[in-house]
Amino acid sequence: METLAMHISNGIINGPVAALFAVIALAAMAYCVRRGRQDLDDRLAPMAGLVAAFIFAVQMLNFPIFTAGVSGHLLGGALAAMLVGPWVGALCIAVVLVVQALVFGDGGVAMLGLSITNMAVIAVAVGYLLIALLLRVLPRTPTGLAVTAFVAALVSVVVGAMGFVLQYWLGGTADLGGNLAGLAGTMAVFHLFIGVGEGLITAATVVTVAKVRPDLVYALRALKPAAPATVVTVGGVR
Amino acid sequence: MRKWGFVVGGLLVALLLAGVVSNFASPHPDGLDSSLREGCTVDVDGEITGGRCPAQQEQEHEIGGPLADYGIAGLDNEFLSTGLSGVLGVLLTFALAGGVFWLLRRPRTGPAPTPAGPRDAAPSDTSVPAPAGSHEADRPDAPAPSQG
Repeated sequence: METLAMHISNGIINGPVAALFAVIALAAMAYCVRRGRQDLDDRLAPMAGLVAAFIFAVQMLNFPIFTAGVSGHLLGGALAAMLVGPWVGALCIAVVLVVQALVFGDGGVAMLGLSITNMAVIAVAVGYLLIALLLRVLPRTPTGLAVTAFVAALVSVVVGAMGFVLQYWLGGTADLGGNLAGLAGTMAVFHLFIGVGEGLITAATVVTVAKVRPDLVYALRALKPAAPATVVTVGGVR
Repeated sequence: MRKWGFVVGGLLVALLLAGVVSNFASPHPDGLDSSLREGCTVDVDGEITGGRCPAQQEQEHEIGGPLADYGIAGLDNEFLSTGLSGVLGVLLTFALAGGVFWLLRRPRTGPAPTPAGPRDAAPSDTSVPAPAGSHEADRPDAPAPSQG
């Protein structure tokens, strides 16, 4: 049987660390429900369902990266953050990961907290912070939007990958002989290339949606270019 | 309503991607899997043949199930198997996410079209604690209907 695993498989991280991150992920998702409710209205709810379904679909589309034997696929954190906001966006990614683990055997169920932390919490948070920063300094043109999406997506993937390295440092089951840096380096290089693909897909999708229905792009609604102090969702930027 | 037009259109795109394009995806392990195989030798089928690497610690999935690994158990046609599992996944994800978000959404502030009356205190349709409804004034950009 061909295995098409894309997320953390069982046995890779030990039980206690997996359980710790399950608690972290659960707490983070509960907070996202609290904050996301303020964003969710009759317009955003169906859009968020679509974003989750779209990310599920695109995550199936592994693309080859620089070496012949390695592929990558969209994680979708920055895409979700841009289209439906950080709180609902994180919940979208979490739903996708839960469906993949429970129904498609992709990623261990016991490892769900680790994956949710990396892809729904870290990647979405990093992505949205960059979006909030870049959308304020870049012009509101298709190019500005594309650059914002590309950079936010690329960085979010690399940082998310480093989340896994941290988890492996805490609870990896194989003895790397003290060579965690080797794993970190491999993960960083692979995900830098995957990040380029992620950036291109994210930019193309966001620019397309902005062209068809700009009112459906959360980041364009919530982040007013010339109105600081009214944005409640982002701290630390300006 | 235009909102639903966009959602239906987007869903069709997602179904096409998961149902057809997915068959042309790269079969190679992704960045995470590949990183965990560093140090091992792998044969053409992707099975580990020797060496030492983190991926050797992998254990069986708890559930598996009829759709495990993005295929339909018992369906020999690989194209159909991948495509149908993708279609089911898109529909399931949309139903689950859309359903949860629909239940979680804020009650309409304008005239409520529901026959149950303008508002029944706090939305009690989920087990999630509501944020006391005090944040609605926080948002300066109350969504204005864009269509004429």
